[in-house]
Amino acid sequence: MAQAQEQNTNSPILTVSDLNLHYGEAQALKGINLDMARHQVTAFIGPSGCGKSTLLRCFNRMNDLVESARIGGSIRFNGEEVNNPATDVIALRRSIGMVFQQSNPFPKSIYENIVYGLRIAGVNDKATLDEAVERSLQSAAIWNEVKDRLNDSALGLSGGQAQRICIARAIAVNPEIILMDEPCSALDPISTLKIEELIEELKSKYTIVIVTHNMQQAARVSDVTAFFYLGELIEVGGTRKIFTNPEKKQTEDYITGRFG
Amino acid sequence: MKRFWKTGEPYVLATGAALAIVLVMTLTLVITVMSNGLGYFWPRELVRFEMKDGSFALGQITQHEKNPVSGLRRLQLKVANRDVLGQDFRWIEEKDIASRSLPADAVLLERREHGNYFGFLKGVTAEGVTLTGATPQEQLHQALKLVAAKLDDTRAIKKQMSGLNHTAEQLRLKLLKLEYRGKEKNAAAIAALTADREKALAEFTSLNEKSSATLAGINLITAQFSDVSGGGKDIALTEIVALQSPNSMSFFAKCGAYLERVRELLLDDPRESNTEGGLFPAIFGTIMMVLLMSVFSLPFGVIAAIYLREYARDGWMTRMVRIAVNNLAGVPSIVYGVFGLGFFVYGLGGSIDSLFFPERLPTPTFGTGGILWSSLTLALLTVPVVIVATEESLASIPKGIREGSLALGATKFQTLTKILLPMATPGIMTGLILSMARAAGEVAPLMIVGVVKLAPTLPFDMNFPFFHMDRKFMHLGFHIYDVGFQSPNVEAAKPMVYVTTMLLLAIVIVASSVAIYLRNRMRGKYTTSTF
Repeated sequence: MAQAQEQNTNSPILTVSDLNLHYGEAQALKGINLDMARHQVTAFIGPSGCGKSTLLRCFNRMNDLVESARIGGSIRFNGEEVNNPATDVIALRRSIGMVFQQSNPFPKSIYENIVYGLRIAGVNDKATLDEAVERSLQSAAIWNEVKDRLNDSALGLSGGQAQRICIARAIAVNPEIILMDEPCSALDPISTLKIEELIEELKSKYTIVIVTHNMQQAARVSDVTAFFYLGELIEVGGTRKIFTNPEKKQTEDYITGRFG
Repeated sequence: MKRFWKTGEPYVLATGAALAIVLVMTLTLVITVMSNGLGYFWPRELVRFEMKDGSFALGQITQHEKNPVSGLRRLQLKVANRDVLGQDFRWIEEKDIASRSLPADAVLLERREHGNYFGFLKGVTAEGVTLTGATPQEQLHQALKLVAAKLDDTRAIKKQMSGLNHTAEQLRLKLLKLEYRGKEKNAAAIAALTADREKALAEFTSLNEKSSATLAGINLITAQFSDVSGGGKDIALTEIVALQSPNSMSFFAKCGAYLERVRELLLDDPRESNTEGGLFPAIFGTIMMVLLMSVFSLPFGVIAAIYLREYARDGWMTRMVRIAVNNLAGVPSIVYGVFGLGFFVYGLGGSIDSLFFPERLPTPTFGTGGILWSSLTLALLTVPVVIVATEESLASIPKGIREGSLALGATKFQTLTKILLPMATPGIMTGLILSMARAAGEVAPLMIVGVVKLAPTLPFDMNFPFFHMDRKFMHLGFHIYDVGFQSPNVEAAKPMVYVTTMLLLAIVIVASSVAIYLRNRMRGKYTTSTF
């Protein structure tokens, strides 16, 4: 597979090979082959319904919740098969965090939101939890905004703040990968900018996969861009290359706004 | 004109009108009940009528109306003195009245039997007691105090007696059990228990004699009254519950009397086949039954709804179950009553009796109506409401919240207990409120699974095990039916029906308000954010 890996010398953290996914009769993903390198930001772009969110949700097996979904092919996370029925889904989801399109803070205090992942894993030591809250809120660049009201309900936050709380919540359990499913589509430009800056910083510690509809966003934040169309991976490569000199005509048409 | 219809304005008006009609009907109901119920305890004046034919009447005016036959005005007078006149009420044509007055010395007696007595005090006869009062009024008050003190003394004895009675009964049941298991084998234990029981019974008899002796003296104290027509009446003071002279009472005295009657209503036992006295056992029974019902229906309904919504595969089977649950809420309640009688009382209760209390048969213990079976029957009746409400509120939680929790590595069960159930609580509370209101007002099924006109004991007392689930109980809803439509003196009982209705409404409103308050507090905590 021709894969742009300019900065990475390690083995890929995620390897997708021949992945097919059906929702009932309809095929949503067709023979996807893709590697994702460590500490890189990979952006999935493509028109609505092209399967990019579906692929993202395969990585942490969120598609298990969809009864009609059938998966074929393989996804390897650090060499382990994700789709193996014996795989510990709980541990998998702990290692592969996810941030959703609509920010979804729980109806609890900010503090309890952040420590939720730890608490359900059985961590109840106050000092550990306090440390995790500060660390993840710092990482999510929202510590200064909320440090004085950690016990207030997270529902009172603005959209952008809520989304960063959700990112902090995902960080709190120390994942290796953070999946972001259109994290900025419900946000205003300033909040979007903050999240983009945050992604830039998080890259050093985590591997990030982001689904976006916003071409400029993909160009700004990602190292690698993958273009999907009708369930197929059309082209993948270094972001600069994809946006300046794509190999396929479909990619060029989409990027220049001729369709999609 | 066409454009007017197109604006949608008329439909808005129609919705407003519908709301107004509902409000007016509700208010009319509440106001009717309140106005009839609240006035009942106010000491009304005793009016003395002199009729044109030379006869007299004394009583409280209860209503005015037009005589449907002659078209002339007439008034209804509560004349009481049921034992003398044969009825409590009489109609008086206004054209027959020569004069009316408010005699200051007219008294109203509340008696333990035969309803009230309206008349005039003539004197007090007390043998063996010296009364120092100068006037018959003072003497009567003095004598009443004396009687009350003695009655208080006997109350302690009565309490002891009921304790002994309970002990003797328990011993009798133990004896029955031992005898059932083998007379010869347990001969020694039987002898010991029999001796204990005899001792308790002997003590009971001696206490009974003591109490009779205490009362013997005061039974002889009587007061002489005459009614408005001059007929005399001797009334023992132990028969008198309360004495009023409403014509000479000040406003504040009347307020005091009013409050005293309200206290009596809320805290005392009923008298005179429920038409007089208090409602305490019925209030207690209603509340306890509703709470017990909630204890059964809430967890059961919530768990069933969780299974249906969160775990069951969404196939035709689930859909059928859901339809069945929704339809269960519409089954006539008497059907539940019959089912409760057959399944709980005869089936479960009968089995419990034959397994655990075979020695008491054929006298049933659980195999007869009781508060436990009534609560279970009503729980069955209200559980669909809880299920539907819980399902709705679980369904209304955004998908993103579930996914957010699962994506953090939570199991389905952790997501349920830590996120979904707290968020669904306000909705579950709504279901509980509805089911409690329904259960409190339900009468038909209760009539066959455990409600009685007059329960000798409360389902809760100080004797172990405190909650007596096998006991029959009284209920406000049944009380309304019984007093209003089954009592021998319906006209006299009418105010009691209004008062009982008012109380039942009040209980439902108070219970709902508490639940609504709790729900709103939770709702404030769990509302999802808006951007």
